Amino acid sequence: MKLHYSLTALVVVAVLSGSALAARTDVTLGMPLEPPNLDPTAGAAAAIDEVVYANIYEGLTRFAPDGSVLPALAKEWAIENEGLRYVFTLHEGVSYHDGAEFNADDVKFSLDRAMAEDSTNAQKGLFSNIDSVEVIDPLHVAVNLKQADGSLLFNLAWGDAVILDEATAADAATNPVGTGPFIFANWVQGDRVDIVKNPDYWGTPVQLDKATFKFISEPTAAFAALMAGDVDVFPNYPAPENLPQFDADPRFSVVLGSTEGETILTMNNGSTPLNDKRVREAISHAINRDEIIDGAMFGYGTPIGSHFAPHHPAYVDLTEQSAFDPEKAKELLVEAGYSNGLTLSLKLPPPSYARRGGEIIAAQLRDIGIETEIENVEWAQWIEQVFKGGDFDLTIVSHTEPLDIGIYANPDYYFQYDNATLQELMDTFNVETDTAKREQMLRDAQKIIADDYVNGYLFQLAKTGVASAKLKGLWANAPTQANDLTGVYWEE
Amino acid sequence: MLRFVLTRLMSLLATLVVASCIVFFVIEVVPGDPASFMLGINAQPDTLAALRAELGLDVPKWQRYLHWTGGMLSGDFGTSYTYRTPVANMIADRLWISLPLALFALALSTLIALPVGLWAASRRGSYADSVVMGFTQLGVAIPNFWFALLLVMLFAIKLGWFSAGGFAGWDAGAFAAMKSLMLPAIALALPQAAILTRVMRSSLLDVMNEDYIRTARAKGLSVRQVLLKHALRNALIPVLTIIGLQFSFLIAGAIIIENVFFLPGLGRLIFQSIAQRDLIVVESVVMLLVFAVVIITFLVDVAYAWVDPRLRQANR
Repeated sequence: MKLHYSLTALVVVAVLSGSALAARTDVTLGMPLEPPNLDPTAGAAAAIDEVVYANIYEGLTRFAPDGSVLPALAKEWAIENEGLRYVFTLHEGVSYHDGAEFNADDVKFSLDRAMAEDSTNAQKGLFSNIDSVEVIDPLHVAVNLKQADGSLLFNLAWGDAVILDEATAADAATNPVGTGPFIFANWVQGDRVDIVKNPDYWGTPVQLDKATFKFISEPTAAFAALMAGDVDVFPNYPAPENLPQFDADPRFSVVLGSTEGETILTMNNGSTPLNDKRVREAISHAINRDEIIDGAMFGYGTPIGSHFAPHHPAYVDLTEQSAFDPEKAKELLVEAGYSNGLTLSLKLPPPSYARRGGEIIAAQLRDIGIETEIENVEWAQWIEQVFKGGDFDLTIVSHTEPLDIGIYANPDYYFQYDNATLQELMDTFNVETDTAKREQMLRDAQKIIADDYVNGYLFQLAKTGVASAKLKGLWANAPTQANDLTGVYWEE
Repeated sequence: MLRFVLTRLMSLLATLVVASCIVFFVIEVVPGDPASFMLGINAQPDTLAALRAELGLDVPKWQRYLHWTGGMLSGDFGTSYTYRTPVANMIADRLWISLPLALFALALSTLIALPVGLWAASRRGSYADSVVMGFTQLGVAIPNFWFALLLVMLFAIKLGWFSAGGFAGWDAGAFAAMKSLMLPAIALALPQAAILTRVMRSSLLDVMNEDYIRTARAKGLSVRQVLLKHALRNALIPVLTIIGLQFSFLIAGAIIIENVFFLPGLGRLIFQSIAQRDLIVVESVVMLLVFAVVIITFLVDVAYAWVDPRLRQANR
């Protein structure tokens, strides 16, 4: 720790002694949640990636701000053996923050570690199709697959697939050592994480010298910290009700973008009465999306009609199919034999989209004769009761994993949707490598899901950030949960 | 006196044992598996099993209870599930903020309340007394987090004298550290000071009605002399009780204030740990707070006995 402090001090001195008129080179970011640890390969918390992704750690590939996949530590790759073998060529002269050299052995180590039997990788499923990793020479590594897989490059771009050095991987939770443009400097638990510029970075050097992530969970405290200038930017500002005030203030800019979060009213397809498609269709027509977006999200969010992100090239707008139509909803309920109405449980996890949205949906369902029993649950309980126990009729949750329509092909997934046509479609999708064909399959999948009214599709969660007006280069959208600082700079 | 202290110590130990059982089993009974929370909804069953084994969650509850309490006796509070660092170190780090904050707030509230209470008592029924009592009424009624927000709006956003929250760290020097604790301490102290002022005043007035005060006055002592020499010591018992209660409250009850000012103290730690199902941290911190409250109550009891010899006699 001592070393880290003095390193930080050095940088601070360097910054202060620089020209006073030059633009600032430090930034303080506010985050509502603190990461539990700093190892993106050992935990599901989004806050981990929000600190380390692209800043401290890098993978073979990475996500671009628009969600497409770019090369990172791998310069290029060749697909051999009918899609069963990927040979990656690595960048030369890359080293870790502690000076150790990066090479193909580290790739093998990291991927093997994620796939291992005792692995605690939260997204182990990403690697399930990898058969073996083979070091060809220090700059070439081959990944052999069990079956052809069009998603490999995408999967390797996740924070859970970053490359670590064997020597430092065990301590990554508290002292992450990566290859990225920033070096971990200091973590005051409960308060902040500091990172400083990596002077020996192999890629394009960053313009910032220092960045601090400050953890502020209270919405009022977040407001005060921005107003008082303690924090320069809140990439995910926790209180949308304040956004108009920031928008009107010339010192700030409000950054609106899209996330990968499909916010849905999940229905338990596996039990009565929601195993009846007519009941699900009735509920879908009872939902007034605009009212929910206005009431629960202060107008921020894009309506969706299936489980797919609107900014993706393969998106099809299917909102009309489940348009707000209470009369039709009532008819469908009568047809399904529930002319006297029915009562369903509605379990709501903590985020405001669920708690506020749940109240509105309850009122909308009451209009067509469905009573709901609302129960507020914490995340841990939600995972136990709803996600694993299947003990629910309705719940509201935002599915934030990128391109996760494949969950509908898993009949054991918590909403228990079992459709052989879709399962076959996703199987072919998984082995297809041609982009145009893949996109067509995604469009078909969206339609199948919408036709079956699997869940109530509400809106795509917006990313609402507030930043100092002179701070540029932050991601507006969130193709993955990250605060990529590589392009961030202050305008003079 | 010794016997009094010993019996008090025995009941203190019994309280701690019972409390540790309740804390452990209540927290363990609440649904929510820490491992599945940490790994999220895409975790695979074998990954969950691996993590549970790594965290030591795969052994029976009673074994974990014995391990936990046994460890605490030797100062080992276990390892945090989420942070993967020893809980004892985390608590020690956080105490360096929560304890100074509580002491700072207690000092402020006592320094304000005792003289003001004394002053108001000496001017009972006067215009000044009514004004002071009016203000204390207001102080009792205002929730401290709301008062904290007002302080932030004025001193941090409008005037820019203080930052809106956060802790500069003791490395930055005592002045910077105390400066970052200033607004939270005021927010915590003022409502407490209001209560304490009222207690101080009414307690003094009660004592002033006693016969021995009349006797002292009849001897020719001035009101001021009687207040300071005869009434004050006797009036201090209820005041001590309140100070003791307030100190426990300031340590345990700063959760909201620490969140408003995003201070990385014990309260914030407990808040985060509950949300993250970091059970071992929750259990250990709650136990530590129970310990602190019990010890403070014990010290207050001993202080009573010291101030009032009758209490010692009664226990014999």
